Amino acid sequence: MSEPRSTQEWPLWEVFVRARRGLSHQHVGSLHAPDATMALRNARDIYTRRSEGVSLWVVPAAAIVASSPDEKDEFFDPAGDKAYRHPTFYDIPDEVQHL
Amino acid sequence: MTPTPEQDFDALVESDQRVEPRDWMPEGYRKTLVRQIAQHAHSEIIGMQPEGNWIGRAPSLRRKAILLAKVQDEAGHGLYLYSAAETLGVDRSELLDLLHAGKQRYSSIFNYPTLTWADMGAIGWLVDGAAIVNQVPICRCSYGPYARAMVRICKEESFHQRQGFEILHTLSHGTPAQHEMAQDAVNRWWWPSLMMFGPPDDQSPNSAQSMAWRIKRFSNDELRQKFVDMTVPQSQVLGLTPPDPDLHLDEETGHWRFGEIDWSEFFAVLKGDGPCNQDRIEHRRRAHDEGAWVRDAASAYAEKHRARSEGVA
Ligand SMILES: [Fe+2]
Ligand SMILES: [Fe+2]
Repeated sequence: MSEPRSTQEWPLWEVFVRARRGLSHQHVGSLHAPDATMALRNARDIYTRRSEGVSLWVVPAAAIVASSPDEKDEFFDPAGDKAYRHPTFYDIPDEVQHL
Repeated sequence: MTPTPEQDFDALVESDQRVEPRDWMPEGYRKTLVRQIAQHAHSEIIGMQPEGNWIGRAPSLRRKAILLAKVQDEAGHGLYLYSAAETLGVDRSELLDLLHAGKQRYSSIFNYPTLTWADMGAIGWLVDGAAIVNQVPICRCSYGPYARAMVRICKEESFHQRQGFEILHTLSHGTPAQHEMAQDAVNRWWWPSLMMFGPPDDQSPNSAQSMAWRIKRFSNDELRQKFVDMTVPQSQVLGLTPPDPDLHLDEETGHWRFGEIDWSEFFAVLKGDGPCNQDRIEHRRRAHDEGAWVRDAASAYAEKHRARSEGVA
């Protein structure tokens, strides 16, 4: 009966994979592991069984700081009324090219 | 007026967007997902047993490597799904405890024994085939982490089904004894595979709510029909016959009509009276207990290194 204790205490790691050179790392999922070395090994076996990656990151989930979706309105508000940051905002005569 | 969290949730689901872990969600939605994802995860890892049974007896090195890779995939599928469940605030070890205590289920299909090598073919072709039909719509499930796990799983399932088909095709076109073995496996796995889609729509009380929440996209009977329509033509290529005298093509609709399913068998297996229910859980518990020292050793090793690096700093 010693068991449930140990895995429950293993921290959660978020896993990021770079599929190939030239692409950024992308979040693929998470896993539990006792330390970073095991987290990397397990991530390789769980998330790259078909050569899905050339590089792996594991990040302790506890180290991630997230914006809360509850605040999403106010938090992302500043960008909401600035349509002029997008090229489609501007009226350009149809005959103008390369613009 | 700002919308209530509930209105936000309804609007997300209504507009076919994804609900993410930190969003507000109805308690019933969360509970339904935990139950479904856990059951799905348990099915993946219990499903390793019937096939694991044949790894050591595969007829060639090629078949052995393939079967081993497939069973490893199923372990991976279990882990993707336990991760998805954990985003809903439950712990993987808690779910495993519930499985071991018989308080959460896994798919009934894995309570049937694998008697011959041909069963590896029938499982890949029919059981993984039915799983694919069930799982493809879940790639668009309203809960983001579950949908994403399912995308990965579906990509990997395709090889599972094809390797099974190949096994049966080879046997079916081999010696008469091999052909007979393949037919016997299809005879045993056909009906249980049709049952994998769950009870008929009029006896599936939770379906409507799951459809409204867009966890489920098609009814059990719709998915079952889809599976039969895909599978019968494949059986003709295999040269094997589904064990259903009533099976016939309905010229008007283009659907293959099949005979009555024996639901009493389904419910008996579900209740625990299948041929292997006892074995599967006992084996699972034993593997878990016997693996405890590995987990303990990994914890101790991590602890030792942590202490050492802190000592240096
Ligand atoms: Fe699977
Ligand atoms: Fe599979």
